[in-house]
Amino acid sequence: MHLTTLLEMAGEGFGERVAFGTRDGGLTYADLLDRARRVAAVANRRGVERIGLVDVNSDVVPTLLFGAGFAGVPFVPVNYRLADEQLASILARTAPSLMVVADEVPARVGAIEGVELIERSAFLEELASVEVTGRTPERSPDDIAILLFTSGTTGEPKAAVLRHRHLASYVITTVDFMGAAEDDAALVSVPPYHVAGVSAVLTGVYAGRRVVYLPSFTADDWVRTADSEAVTQAMVVPTMLGRVLDLVEAGDGRLPHLRHLSYGGGRMPVPVLERALSLLPHVDFVNAYGLTETSSTISVLGPDDHRAAIASDDPGVRRRLGSVGRPLPTLDVEIRDAEGVPVEPGAPGEIWVRGEQVAGEYLGRSDVMVDGWFPTNDCGSLDSDGYLYLEGRLDDVIVRGAENMSPGEIEDVLVAHEAVTDACVVGVPDTEWGEQVVAAVVLDPGRTASEEDLQAWVRDHLRSSKTPAHIAIRPELPYSETGKLLRRVVKGDLASEFG
Amino acid sequence: MQLKPGARLVSQACQTQVVVVRAPEGPVDLRCGGHPMVAADAEVAPAELSADHSSGTQLGKRYGDDEIGLQLLCTRPGAGSLSIGDTILARAEAKPLPSSD
Repeated sequence: MHLTTLLEMAGEGFGERVAFGTRDGGLTYADLLDRARRVAAVANRRGVERIGLVDVNSDVVPTLLFGAGFAGVPFVPVNYRLADEQLASILARTAPSLMVVADEVPARVGAIEGVELIERSAFLEELASVEVTGRTPERSPDDIAILLFTSGTTGEPKAAVLRHRHLASYVITTVDFMGAAEDDAALVSVPPYHVAGVSAVLTGVYAGRRVVYLPSFTADDWVRTADSEAVTQAMVVPTMLGRVLDLVEAGDGRLPHLRHLSYGGGRMPVPVLERALSLLPHVDFVNAYGLTETSSTISVLGPDDHRAAIASDDPGVRRRLGSVGRPLPTLDVEIRDAEGVPVEPGAPGEIWVRGEQVAGEYLGRSDVMVDGWFPTNDCGSLDSDGYLYLEGRLDDVIVRGAENMSPGEIEDVLVAHEAVTDACVVGVPDTEWGEQVVAAVVLDPGRTASEEDLQAWVRDHLRSSKTPAHIAIRPELPYSETGKLLRRVVKGDLASEFG
Repeated sequence: MQLKPGARLVSQACQTQVVVVRAPEGPVDLRCGGHPMVAADAEVAPAELSADHSSGTQLGKRYGDDEIGLQLLCTRPGAGSLSIGDTILARAEAKPLPSSD
């Protein structure tokens, strides 16, 4: 399957429906199909090998995503928030390419050999006037659909490779074609260079569900747009949800149209989720876990799971609020030890996944084993009912003495304390133990707790070896705009204080 | 015929068009409406729909045979049924996710 086939089906099946934008005057599926074919004409007459975007969300995102497919070249959405130098270095790696950019980008990065920067308005003008020849290159499901440069905390960012067959497989096995109701609308506020932004485009188009973009997230804009555009579903990262709930609680929006809210991209504190379930009882909550390398979602905690967990007195069922649900039926998931041997149910280890949507590939190398299994580098466990619990990245595991500790477990205990709203636990170098456990916490403005109180709390709930040797109180913790806790920043900060 | 993932095929007996999602290793006798399907860019010899192969195809539905590793996605609906020889292909029941994107 090729992604352009999905758009052709939508264009022919329900071409007059609005695909992107406002209900009146938005871009229809037929418009999008026409525009995407024009992109191919624009690209092919230049002979570029990649088409990209350095800009906020707009209907140019689906235009380029599908247009690159028709042109037979990868689409490369790049993070516009990168520092100028890093942005220029990534752009240089896309040559020969055509990059559609925000107005300020050319001045930021200067001239780059083999890379044509074209501002969004100029690009749209050229699209409108280009002559479409009807000749399109051969399209293969094996072609690269998307290149996503990962945040790369060390060294050069890696370019994750997603081929048409990976993404198309995810879409056609998890979404009903034309399954959306006429009045469905999804609010997308994740940036275009995030895999969730890519899959939102694809599943929206295949389901026939209108997508409304927020150029960049603020809670005010989000709530206002959700109301004015009668948004029925949305995906948010945990930090976004917390801010939206603050507005709902203050009475600044009740989100009457919203029916589904999915979250992912980072660890959701259970107290935030409990607050969400009580403030928005009319909304179905979905926790989705996935990676760039797996074409997005690989496991889902559905609305019924949420309701059953919140209503249950059984600690085993209640605990599921903190799980990422069950793996998709189209995938195999296993937890394995360091030697690659599957572990018993409930035991922690590395999450391995296999299936048609699993790409596990970077430019120049593949991390998928010959038998199709991909080690995710994420740590977790599967309980005997098949619920997956995520503990964080393998690299974040703290080794104190001979004991391996997952920061997630200790953070869960810390945020369960009434005075703590957020926590980050890291290991810092220690001459006696190799690493020692230290934490940074954020306190509820209305409450107090001392370092000793919190240490005693952890010791009572876990054990002394897992009790942080130091707990620093901070006004807030650093997050990326896609909701990832920046552990390395916290680690650097705490290492300089306690290491 | 030998199928290849991504290949587009058309029916000679109705409006049905499919795209190959998963292809078996060896050649198969893929038919629609009782007559062999052909590549989308090949010449079509219009044929009469067979009454035994006329339960229709639905846009956006997947049809296939897991045992031989065949899966097709219907990209244009028609009046014929998809089959391997005379064995009608089953429709794969989608199990849509709760909207996670």
